[in-house]
Amino acid sequence: MAEATTATATGRKVKFIITRRERPDASPFTEEFEVPYRPNMNVISALMEIQRNPVNAKGEKTVPVCWESNCLEEVCGACSMVINGKPRQACSALIDKLEQPIRLEPMATFPVVRDLVINRERMFNALKKVKAWIPIDGTYDLGPGPRMAESKRQWAYELSKCMTCGVCLEACPNVNDRNSFIGPAPISQVRLFNAHPTGEMNAHERLDALMEEGGIEGCGNSQNCVRSCPKGIPLTTSIAAMNRDTTKHLFKRWLNA
Amino acid sequence: MKGNSYLPRKLHSLLGVIPLGLFIVEHALTNYSAYEGGKEGFSKSIDSLNSMPLIFWLELFVIWLPILFHGVYGLYIAYQSNMNTGRFSYGRNWAFTWQRITGVITFIFVAWHFYETRFQITLGNVAHEDLGSHMNGIVSNPIAFTAYIIGVVAAMFHFANGLWAFLVSWGITIGPRAQKVSSRVCMVLFVILTALFLLSLFAFRSDEFASAAASALSSVSIG
Repeated sequence: MAEATTATATGRKVKFIITRRERPDASPFTEEFEVPYRPNMNVISALMEIQRNPVNAKGEKTVPVCWESNCLEEVCGACSMVINGKPRQACSALIDKLEQPIRLEPMATFPVVRDLVINRERMFNALKKVKAWIPIDGTYDLGPGPRMAESKRQWAYELSKCMTCGVCLEACPNVNDRNSFIGPAPISQVRLFNAHPTGEMNAHERLDALMEEGGIEGCGNSQNCVRSCPKGIPLTTSIAAMNRDTTKHLFKRWLNA
Repeated sequence: MKGNSYLPRKLHSLLGVIPLGLFIVEHALTNYSAYEGGKEGFSKSIDSLNSMPLIFWLELFVIWLPILFHGVYGLYIAYQSNMNTGRFSYGRNWAFTWQRITGVITFIFVAWHFYETRFQITLGNVAHEDLGSHMNGIVSNPIAFTAYIIGVVAAMFHFANGLWAFLVSWGITIGPRAQKVSSRVCMVLFVILTALFLLSLFAFRSDEFASAAASALSSVSIG
């Protein structure tokens, strides 16, 4: 703490190199910033500082950098961006733990709206495609559902930590313009909802969705997703488990028809 | 692209192991007989293969058509993938990238190798019993020999690592421990198969096959 106070007193700066663009169709450019150091600051608080005083490293007045953030405790996924080459959440990226200059880029696997703001709509479309919910709506009370084994609940809970942040899609070499792959996150959600005793009743519908164009076959087993997931979700285990279930489902569809 | 890629991709994965993986093992053992039994041993292996019933149909459905589909569809899969080992230099990501690079190398190598050997037999330029000396003629050229070594190593990595991915894609190895064990087993397979092919390549360069090549060349001219 004493060290940090001294640093502030001596005017220590944190250097940023930010990849920006004005509009979705505009070409990207980089702009450098030097932000006064404060103890315990994270990338979001540094961006807030730039917003307060939008002057770049050359001392020129510039347009404040746009970004998205919400919960500030790594549970919403809104502030995902590429920080020093790795996709992660800006809120949990502490300045003290980052190598400088700190490079911020948008997760360009997604359509870039402006500066660091991206559009993650494709992830929500993927959740709709695989029916990542449990249909219980109706006109009368269905009563209590079947019980879930505690041992199952424990691993299923880990899968439920997914915040649709998009880091696994950014890390995946098969999520790109030439490939229709929906990405690792929704596949793991199929495993989650198919594990649920009530969700299981519609398991075949979710498996059918995974066996469509851009479904589970798009996985090329690079396993970057499981190494990158900020929530430590066992994505590759989920994908392999769904590979088993879709394979079984394929043979059932052929032999039972 | 419209349509459903699930079945072709699944078929691509299956064909790489059955029948192509089985063919690779057969090919490795047949070639190894050149190292173990010399010219005579190799001729015997070739004879026993060619005396199999329905040999043309076996070649067509067990080798040629599967290779054609696996190769062409594989090029499309490679085209659909990005290379991001610069940002994510993890072992498995390197294996993912090398799987695609070795796939393309293997595609070119197999096309060239097929043209030089099996296709020359179809044309009538080479007889089955002269294959050993024919190989000697090819691998005596240092450039062709180097190309063969690269081709063999690439093809064997592609098969061994592809077998690992097959086990994941068909839902056989699911957890991280199972996948780690299977990756070690597959890498041992890679080393063994590569060794078998390399030993046979060195055997084809030996004097025994060279003297045969000299006598064969005097009777048959190879385009």
